[in-house]
Amino acid sequence: MTTRYTKDHEYVRVEGDAGIVGISDYAQSQLGDVVFVELPALGKTLAKGAEAAVVESVKAASEVYAPVSGEVLEVNSLLEDAPGTVNEDPAGRGWFLKLRITNPSELDGLLTEEQYNEFVKSIS
Amino acid sequence: MLNRQGRPTAAGDAGSNEHPTFTGNKALAQVEPLIFEIGRTDVTGVDLDEPASFTPRLGGQERKDAINLPGLSEPEAMRHYVRLSQMNYGIDTGLFPLGSCTMKHNARLNERMARLPGFSDAHPLQPVSTAQGALELMKELAHYLMTLTGTKAVSLSPKAGAHGELCGMMAIKAAIEAKGEGKTRNVVLVPESAHGTNPATAALIGFVVKPVPARDDGWVHVDDVKKLLGPDVAAIMLTNPNTCGLFEPQVVEIAKALHDAGAYFYCDGANFNAIVGKAKPGDLGIDAMHINLHKTFSTPHGGGGPGAGPVVLSERLSPFAPVPFVRESKSGLELVEHESDAAEKPFGRMTAFHGQMGMYVRALAYMLSHGADGMKQASEDAVLNANYIRAGLSDLLSLPFGDKPCMHEVLFDDAWLKDTGVTTLDFAKAMIDEGYHPMTMYFPLVVHGAMLIEPTESESKSSLDLFIATLRDLALAATSSSNDKSRFTGAPYHSPRRRLDETRAARAPVLKWTPPAPIADAAE
Repeated sequence: MTTRYTKDHEYVRVEGDAGIVGISDYAQSQLGDVVFVELPALGKTLAKGAEAAVVESVKAASEVYAPVSGEVLEVNSLLEDAPGTVNEDPAGRGWFLKLRITNPSELDGLLTEEQYNEFVKSIS
Repeated sequence: MLNRQGRPTAAGDAGSNEHPTFTGNKALAQVEPLIFEIGRTDVTGVDLDEPASFTPRLGGQERKDAINLPGLSEPEAMRHYVRLSQMNYGIDTGLFPLGSCTMKHNARLNERMARLPGFSDAHPLQPVSTAQGALELMKELAHYLMTLTGTKAVSLSPKAGAHGELCGMMAIKAAIEAKGEGKTRNVVLVPESAHGTNPATAALIGFVVKPVPARDDGWVHVDDVKKLLGPDVAAIMLTNPNTCGLFEPQVVEIAKALHDAGAYFYCDGANFNAIVGKAKPGDLGIDAMHINLHKTFSTPHGGGGPGAGPVVLSERLSPFAPVPFVRESKSGLELVEHESDAAEKPFGRMTAFHGQMGMYVRALAYMLSHGADGMKQASEDAVLNANYIRAGLSDLLSLPFGDKPCMHEVLFDDAWLKDTGVTTLDFAKAMIDEGYHPMTMYFPLVVHGAMLIEPTESESKSSLDLFIATLRDLALAATSSSNDKSRFTGAPYHSPRRRLDETRAARAPVLKWTPPAPIADAAE
């Protein structure tokens, strides 16, 4: 199971030809308490870098971008009633959406966990 | 873009008060219930006769149940609102350093003029021949706004800054459509440091927003703008001076690049107060700019309204200025109310009537009482005061863009608080305990833990000295080696309410008062 990251702090965890997308632990810590999450419609096709979801904390609203291109297979509707799950367990129960990855080669351009951790260290 | 301002949002370890009182009041600081909790439905402060029998003409739509408005006697109503007002902090109470908001003194002369019956009792539907003085005032205000900005047209009617943005962007859209480019020019460039209303305005009328990335020096660079320009770009929305408190040195080059590419320049005029009498936005190449009368021209900020956000337009956009506007006619001044009556091509109208008369009177009173030299000095003093604060704090706090002069507001970040256990939010809450309204925090978004301080020209040197001394005392305490930072993490201690739980307020808002369940009758 591979997980890749973007410099915008999204992760994509690859499971077969699907990818689970969410935001990193660093991202949730910087956002503060998440109070609202807006998720895309099922079946929506997202280009890499397109706005996939919106996450709102007490401070501000931020976009979550699709780390890779794909079609929305599933969304985590748990977040609608319990947006705080993003803070509690960003890598697990706080996932945002599941994509069918249309171009797996896009994964190669993303950061590995090690590279991402280095990147976070450099900006914090 | 992920917002990385690092603002904590939970209540923290803000504890309870040490010496609770029986009433909950803290001496003269009274706890005030909601008006629904004080009032009773069987009490009234007025003595009206029961209406004689009549037949309603609402076709059965009239409400038949009691409306349950709380009844209060006059002293009860009076005390309720006076107590609420005593909990408030305003520019009449003390220094209000809210950056970008320009909390300047509202001169009492303005208030006196606004209360002249000819203005205060004017009705938007009264015959125009009986409102010539009001129309003349609007014409004069429009004249001075155009003179100060170096522009060709003005629409007075927008009700606030963001409404003015919408008006200006609609004029730009109308101009683009008139050139037959409505379908192709659909991108609006917005720097990352912009006010949030800018991208919201552009998106509201169907533009696609593209961010202009922030640079380390806090400025927008013409090279960055040029890279994004093309036949699809309709406009840029740029604030100048910008939200980092800096004048954009490349603004003229940016305007030229936009115009060469067939695009328009919308300037967010929220910070116009820094340059009135010093620079004319029209000379810098702007095509549209709103003016917050409540910032630059000292009208009240008023708890949500009424406000006024007139929009000035360049020659290129002036034909599209919306109705209504004042025009001279044979029989005196008239209000042009219909697009078909205008010589040009108004894009429509923004408001049902002509706008906020009371704000026009106050703004013109400010202009006339200050004069050209006074308004110029107000800009200079606002800039001087901000730089005085910058110089008084720059050895303790950190400046994100280096120690260079600022305009009317000074922006600090939270690098100086790193590893202290104190955040910008904690620092701001501790300011409340010291009797100051906090500065703008966590905005602009491009700076981590931003503290944006705008003292305005209203403050005297002694007022600024006390403010600087207070912030220095707080800053030294925040950065001291002592591990006890409870002065910050538990603040505020002395306010009517301790630190509020913003997260709970957002996740589980209580938006409506619900009457308590009736007490069961024990006799039954």
